[in-house]
Amino acid sequence: MKYTGTVIRYGDNVDTDVIIPARYLNTSDRSELAAHCMEDLDPTFADRVQQGSILVAGENFGCGSSREHAPIAIQASGVSLVIAASFARIFYRNAVNIGLAIVECPAAAAAIAEGDTVEADLDAGVIRDLTTGACWQTAPFPPFIQTIIAHGGLMQAAQDGAL
Amino acid sequence: MGMTMTQKILAAHAGLDTVRAGQLILADVDLVLGNDITSPVAIKAFAAAGQQKVFDRDKVTMVMDHFVPNKDIKAAEQCKMCRDFCHAQQITHFYDVGKMGIEHALLPEQGLVTAGDLVIGADSHTCTYGALGAFSTGVGSTDMAFGMASGKAWFKVPSAIRVVLKGSLPQWVSGKDLILHLIGMIGVDGALYRSLEFTGEGAASLSVSDRLCICNMAIEAGAKNGIFEADELTLQYLREHGAAAPRIYRADDDAEYERTIELDLSQIEPTVAFPHLPENVRRFGKIGDIPIDQVVIGSCTNGRLEDLRIAAEILKGRKCAENVRVIIIPATQQIYLDAMREGLLEIFIESGAVVSTPTCGPCLGGYMGILAKGERAAATTNRNFVGRMGHPESEVYLVSPASAAAAAVTGKLTDPREVMRA
Ligand code: SF4
Repeated sequence: MKYTGTVIRYGDNVDTDVIIPARYLNTSDRSELAAHCMEDLDPTFADRVQQGSILVAGENFGCGSSREHAPIAIQASGVSLVIAASFARIFYRNAVNIGLAIVECPAAAAAIAEGDTVEADLDAGVIRDLTTGACWQTAPFPPFIQTIIAHGGLMQAAQDGAL
Repeated sequence: MGMTMTQKILAAHAGLDTVRAGQLILADVDLVLGNDITSPVAIKAFAAAGQQKVFDRDKVTMVMDHFVPNKDIKAAEQCKMCRDFCHAQQITHFYDVGKMGIEHALLPEQGLVTAGDLVIGADSHTCTYGALGAFSTGVGSTDMAFGMASGKAWFKVPSAIRVVLKGSLPQWVSGKDLILHLIGMIGVDGALYRSLEFTGEGAASLSVSDRLCICNMAIEAGAKNGIFEADELTLQYLREHGAAAPRIYRADDDAEYERTIELDLSQIEPTVAFPHLPENVRRFGKIGDIPIDQVVIGSCTNGRLEDLRIAAEILKGRKCAENVRVIIIPATQQIYLDAMREGLLEIFIESGAVVSTPTCGPCLGGYMGILAKGERAAATTNRNFVGRMGHPESEVYLVSPASAAAAAVTGKLTDPREVMRA
């Protein structure tokens, strides 16, 4: 899977309460969730994000609540890929389960700047910052997780008898 | 090589003799939990995948607790979706208004979890039940849908951090202070992807209520789960609550731990976590005067009867300070009833506090105590992220029930021992 997009960048410990505040959890409508994505951290996010944007963040991205509304809001807002130094574990599995592409790469997460254009090839495990020319290698997903992602999510993988 | 408690429970549920850290497994689950926020997403995913029937109607449970009694029309629609689904699927353990309580206080109380169980819940604080010697962990709504359909869940087997406890907690110091202290030591990602296994002679001195509080906040250190080995106290609790026969798993002597942390309980002091991360912990005495606008005593962390008793001990015969709104929320109907019978509610109301029906309410900034811009709350809840209890510029200070009651009396962050000495 290949992704190219412009980077929107945040710091460490971006929690699910700022990704989608609880006051909007009375709905599971994707476009409504997208409209409030990142609102408490960055009120400009909804205006800046584009189809294909790449989110880059520091340690422990997505910590806090188990709300799947968080990766759904990010996915529905158009973000194609999240690169972080590390992910909180429930966010990680939720992203895999709904087919939102994520990749852990501390070096890339530290170096990539806001507004850079980044290209990532997750099959090859290569992240390239097209603005600066820097390049990083990441570990591929384990086969089990690759299977889920290849089927577009957990439920589809189960339906396809792939697990 | 030996296995940790967690690894043994996972191996048993995956039908394997051994598992090792990092291994991906598909395991059988004993219980699948969802609430009024996460279940609708799971129900949609379940239906979208063409699923007709849950794998076992006794092993799926839904608890309407976050925005319930319904705070608005959308919340009502979400609950209705859960209610209709549970009715159609003939779910045995569906908890609606009148029966419900905050899920993680309710399930142990109702005897739905026993030692050795593997529980997944579409709520991050599902890790609470590790206090009973179970492996339990928070997952997402798609995991819940998959669990409801298949009775299974996928896991990466975690490595572990061992926390060896010795001694016992001083008066007015509780499990909440201990877990805040630990999170302060290791940070909000200090146990990321790992188990926190609590052992040592000090563990035996902790009440089940304190253990539930400690495991509840394992997630605040990023842990996959927190777990105590089931002991006599656990077994007694399980019997009293009519839980199924326990299966006790002990860590092997040669189990591998990434790290061992030793904590002397007698050295723990009342602790407070400053905004906006649970790791920003300080001790009273070094914090100066921090006035408080609202006190919340409740949540899945500290809304149990033991917590209310401690708060009542401090509030008895005292008045809540002027300009402080004190909101007390028993976590379940049973706790509410017990607190009433013990006269605790009377103490609270006479002190000037309000007492609410069980609900998550203000804990996640849902309703029933939302903060305005610039306001500060001292709360017995578990998270103090930006905007967690209301306005993005409001602040939440995490404390124990004793410290929350002390703040109610003085109107500022206060060491409970000061109030009780006065
Ligand atoms: S009380 Fe708070 S932390 Fe516990 S389940 Fe409810 S919202 Fe979550």
